[in-house]
Amino acid sequence: MREVPFTWTRGLVYIVVVLLAAAYLVPLVVVVLNSLRSAQEIAQTSMIGWPKTWAFGNYAEAWGSFCIAQTCTGIQPFMLNSMIITLPATVLSTLLGAVAGYAISLWRFRGDGWIFGLVTLGVFLPEQMRLIPWTIVLRDVGLSNTLAGLVMIHTIQGMSFTTLFCRNYYLSIPQELMKAARIDGAGFFRIFWRIVLPLSPPILIVTVIWQFTGIWNEFLYGVTLTTGTQQPITAALIALSAAIADAPQHGVQSAAVMVAALPTLLVYVFGGRYFVRGLTAGAVK
Amino acid sequence: MRRLPEVLVIWVPLLLSAGHVVVFTAWTTWMSFTPSTLMPASGWVGLRNYTSVLATRNWKIAFDNLLLFGAGFVVLTTLVGLILAILLDQRIRGENVLRSIFLYPMAVSFVVTGTVWSWLLNPGIGIQKLMNDLGWTTFRFDWLIDRDMAIWTIVLAAIWQASGFAMALLLAGLRSVEGDLIKAAQIDGAGPARIYLRVILPALWPIVISVLVILLQFAIKTFDLVRALTGGGPGLATQLPALVVYDFMFQRGQIGRGSAAAVLMLLTLLGVLLPYAAWKYVQRRRAANA
Repeated sequence: MREVPFTWTRGLVYIVVVLLAAAYLVPLVVVVLNSLRSAQEIAQTSMIGWPKTWAFGNYAEAWGSFCIAQTCTGIQPFMLNSMIITLPATVLSTLLGAVAGYAISLWRFRGDGWIFGLVTLGVFLPEQMRLIPWTIVLRDVGLSNTLAGLVMIHTIQGMSFTTLFCRNYYLSIPQELMKAARIDGAGFFRIFWRIVLPLSPPILIVTVIWQFTGIWNEFLYGVTLTTGTQQPITAALIALSAAIADAPQHGVQSAAVMVAALPTLLVYVFGGRYFVRGLTAGAVK
Repeated sequence: MRRLPEVLVIWVPLLLSAGHVVVFTAWTTWMSFTPSTLMPASGWVGLRNYTSVLATRNWKIAFDNLLLFGAGFVVLTTLVGLILAILLDQRIRGENVLRSIFLYPMAVSFVVTGTVWSWLLNPGIGIQKLMNDLGWTTFRFDWLIDRDMAIWTIVLAAIWQASGFAMALLLAGLRSVEGDLIKAAQIDGAGPARIYLRVILPALWPIVISVLVILLQFAIKTFDLVRALTGGGPGLATQLPALVVYDFMFQRGQIGRGSAAAVLMLLTLLGVLLPYAAWKYVQRRRAANA
């Protein structure tokens, strides 16, 4: 990149961009600082302030002993629930979407256009249209109020996104490569394993980040399809807010919010660059 | 003839995924014509559920709020995203760090966003309290408890969350504008402001439209943010259609009416997506013929 000479306009651009960045960081800074302040200190001043004494105990309490809806186990079991839901559902939906996208884009079969159209309609269909049907399906397969039930839902629904992303990306793989492989006698799985999968990391990073953050952050299904100790962290945070309305514990609550947001924040910090690159390279068309 | 394992691996997941979309949509639509209350029931009541949902104050206010929230959120988020993209496009140092800062809100859940903004905007503990404590005792910032302004707190939090996403897409768009076009304008003596207005923005507008549509369908589905930030209040001031559906289905045990409200949501969504799909189709045809 060529070095650009300094001008007053460029100086102004820097000032504006840094001020905006600071504004975007305010909520994060407020949560981090509050998670280290005691309840009394926050009550005496406001939610915005520098800790006078460092209350690191907030994190221990939020994690392991705070009471949410009569169970005093902190957010730890709910974090574990979210992990148990999110990890398998992310891996399964990505894998199934990759195979489906590969079959649709590179093999072509009868009805592929129709089935692809219907699958991608799932991207837009509001969750409210599927809530009660899912309740009934979970009851009929015996997975009501279980983590396995949410894994199943997020895998099937997630395929809408993963199939769309992967199919669009695989369209750019040249057909000649496929023909050559087939002449060599390679079949469906062999071509996928040897040719398509090694070309896939850019799109797989996008789908994994998209699915992980989407499923981790999901709230509506979590709060309606599970209860009590089976709930994911998003539902637990809302329950915690309700519990706290009577006796403010904003320090502990901030620590809980921070811990709950950490997994997806880390995914973005470490994968964000690839995400933006992949997203703009082909996923959104 | 394909071998069995291939057929199974291709078709079983695809049929489950496509099947749930079709069957669930059909089922909920059917429910919207039945007298179902706490449990799904058969029977036919025609459009009765629709007329009674449309007649409730709850739905009318929710839909008016959606119009206000949708317009404010979509237009302002796109505008802020465009400004951020143009600023980052000035070959500035630290672009990667700055881009991450503008994007990070997208990583956290609406529940977290809503909770944190509810603290900042709460006049008793947030920004207003801070300013009052600092000595500016007449400072007021109480939109959260003001019936007329509360909807704008949702807009504010939603812009903070989504503008980085708009920025990322628009920045990619800015950088894909033909360099020759810009060079030609520079040779003609156009300044940077003129180049943006006359050359780059006109080439960018297909992406702007896509961003607007993606944001609008977010707006129509908004639920978690309101649940965590205002709970729909004060009163019904921040009620949105997605909350009305939830209310009918799970608080009042009226599955028939809840389904009707869900179908109305879907129709609103189609009102946005169908024209967009038609426009995309025409564009593609034109590109193919050119």
